[in-house]
Amino acid sequence: MSAVLNEQAAPVPVLEGWFTLDQQRPHLLGTRCTACGTYYFPKLKGYCRNPDCNGESFEEVPLSRSGKLWSFTNASYQPPEPYVQVDKDAFVPFAIAAVELEKEKMIVLGQVVAGTGVESLRAGLTMELVLEPLADGKLTWKWKPVA
Amino acid sequence: MSTNRDIAILGVGMHPWGKWGKNFVEYGVKAARDALADSGVNWRDIQFVSGAATIRNGYPGQVAGATFAQALGWQGAQVNTSYAACASGSQALAAARSKILSGECEVALVIGSDTTPKGFLKPQPGDRPDDPDWVRFRLGITNPTYFALYARRRIEMYGDTLEDFAQVKIKNAQHGLSNVNARYRKVFNAADVAASPMVADPLRLMDICATSDGAAAIIVSSVEYARKIGKAKAPRIAAISTVTPTFASALVEMPDIATDSAVAVPAQSFRAALPRKAYEEAGIGPADVSVAEVYDLSTALELDWIEDLQLCARGDAARLLREGATRVGGRLPVNPSGGLACFGEAVPAQALAQVCELTWQLRGQAGERQVANAKVGITANQGLFGHGSSVIVKA
Ligand SMILES: [Zn+2]
Repeated sequence: MSAVLNEQAAPVPVLEGWFTLDQQRPHLLGTRCTACGTYYFPKLKGYCRNPDCNGESFEEVPLSRSGKLWSFTNASYQPPEPYVQVDKDAFVPFAIAAVELEKEKMIVLGQVVAGTGVESLRAGLTMELVLEPLADGKLTWKWKPVA
Repeated sequence: MSTNRDIAILGVGMHPWGKWGKNFVEYGVKAARDALADSGVNWRDIQFVSGAATIRNGYPGQVAGATFAQALGWQGAQVNTSYAACASGSQALAAARSKILSGECEVALVIGSDTTPKGFLKPQPGDRPDDPDWVRFRLGITNPTYFALYARRRIEMYGDTLEDFAQVKIKNAQHGLSNVNARYRKVFNAADVAASPMVADPLRLMDICATSDGAAAIIVSSVEYARKIGKAKAPRIAAISTVTPTFASALVEMPDIATDSAVAVPAQSFRAALPRKAYEEAGIGPADVSVAEVYDLSTALELDWIEDLQLCARGDAARLLREGATRVGGRLPVNPSGGLACFGEAVPAQALAQVCELTWQLRGQAGERQVANAKVGITANQGLFGHGSSVIVKA
């Protein structure tokens, strides 16, 4: 898989600026309020949403690239657009993970890597962030159980 | 303190849920006329029309309150429209209560009605990475994803099973069987549910509610007005909670891709906050509740709500279900109307439909699905964008 990706000139992310394109150790990119330390993903700028904080200054930060599996499910049917559509018969169901990041104290959703179904998932598993292409070749972040 | 904040429910009416292919105004007028007839109040005497906005019929700016006031025949009432997603009906009810308690009016019509959109709901076209709805669909995260994550969490944390979820469906189908306003009136058994296709593991098609056409209307008044027209014993509304969530969010809420970060302040459950405020307002507790109508967008979500309403300890709802406590005839019936499982969601009407059901239950008019000796009922619902509600009705 990575060999195929490396042949492409420049990988295109599904969402510009949402994650680093480091194939080995990718990170989601968030922001952090410099006043109260609250993290935001997707990035928030402007005004902190903590009701006790008047912070208006944010720094961009990479989020932890591993966390604990909070819950999981799958998509048995192809999601509607703007999910990239493939021929109905070619659609392969994929799992979806909700992963709790300890340092950031937040839960982030994402697909689970291709080939890993719900039957091999359990709450509490350590999951790490990887990059994989969607059907249009654009890269997205996915969660992968750590062996 | 709570008693003089009560308002009376003089009449209720509904247009049956279904997929009728008509304009939402028609459904609403039918429900309003039924509610008026039930109350014995003349339409000309209604001083305030409080509508829950209908936004999915191609008229985003449709003003529901005025629309119904015109359809019923302009008669000079004051008018208002509320939008609060699934809690729109409760907010319209709260607007009426405020008018009544402030003395601005004595009797009001509260109304919500909806026509289902054709086909699937999907985001607007074009690349819109700033729109969370566009982002999540782009990544393959649909509405059932969220309900399935909550359901799976129950399995992982409390040992709930797919059979438990199926039993919620079977129970609610049984409840809705005799309800003339329910859209789906059919008995299901465990084999039927097990044969239903998996949509988002662990939820099958039968675990997830549909969307429907439907309308509900309620005539409310001051307690003095109720006494004056000989309805001193009409059920009362003792609480209407429409609080927002408190930062930081404990659950990933549709359409978000992540929760808030709880590093600076602790994570808080939104669902649990809604009834907490209602109990406080009514001056009663969970032990006083005899019947509940909760928003079962999925079967598993009904179990979450039972715990959020504090009707049992966290993680114990499936035990209550297995004991038969939550079915009509049990000690704490939940969704005697049949719930969303039998209705399908008609957004601006749904929260009002919950109050209609409690009204019939408290009056002892619920027929085959009657909860014996119902004295206090509570509703709970949650929708998009931080909207939700919990209403307490007492005999
Ligand atoms: Zn802050």
